[in-house]
Amino acid sequence: MKCGVALARPTLEANDSPVTGPTRERRSFRLNSSMESVNEVEAAADKLAIDAGLDEDQRFHIGMAVREAAINAVLHGNQYDPARQIAVSMENTGKDLVIVIADEGQGFHPDKVPNPLAEENLLRGTGRGIFLIRSLMDEVHFRQLHPGTELTLIKHLAPTGGKT
Amino acid sequence: MALAIASREVDGVTVLELSGRITLGEGSVQLRDAIRDAIGKGQKDILLDLGEVNYIDSSGLGELVSAYTSAKNQSAKLKLLKLTKKVHDLLQLTKLYTVFDIYDDEASAISSYK
Repeated sequence: MKCGVALARPTLEANDSPVTGPTRERRSFRLNSSMESVNEVEAAADKLAIDAGLDEDQRFHIGMAVREAAINAVLHGNQYDPARQIAVSMENTGKDLVIVIADEGQGFHPDKVPNPLAEENLLRGTGRGIFLIRSLMDEVHFRQLHPGTELTLIKHLAPTGGKT
Repeated sequence: MALAIASREVDGVTVLELSGRITLGEGSVQLRDAIRDAIGKGQKDILLDLGEVNYIDSSGLGELVSAYTSAKNQSAKLKLLKLTKKVHDLLQLTKLYTVFDIYDDEASAISSYK
């Protein structure tokens, strides 16, 4: 099934005074709760990182964190429900890359996720997504939307466009 | 690129050469099936060659762990060969580097089963 990128046209908000990025803009879109949407969000994050001049390692970190967040939204949040969408926005502020992903699920308490590095959890087959997101990004913020959860992922940019 | 898996035997060791991505919906299921198939055939020594795996997500990491525990529960040994930098870094980050036996060259890996 084709994913629902056409459900909402991306919006671009140009800014005339970029600091480090080639352009300062925010792209917002809504997608169906599908794996195709996860791939689409990951690709969009990669493009954001490329446009910001980040190197391959940093691109990988951002792409992976965003993919994990998108999977959480589609799978754990919206539970692949075709009636629910995920809302995504991506912005290069010149100082940071800011990616926001929100679902319409039952809500989520990140503090209740067991520590995957604890000895007793090392051999668990699940439970590493939030840890990876936190490890790979500079800042991660959770907000409960009632219903839904919003994750804000932030990667700081160095003055030249790389990670600080 | 989805995951491709090629199987071969070296001195009684089943070498599964993985190529592509191990992610939710792309490679995790193939990997699970390949491990299950090998164990189901009575293979006790299984070596996963990850030299061509360029991406793995949390689901893929979980699948590696599940494969490891499945093998162990069946008295089989599952080891890893040739990690790419990305996979190596993720295994270190998640402390899974301490769980697996990991080798850089195939000959050393094969001889470790003897």
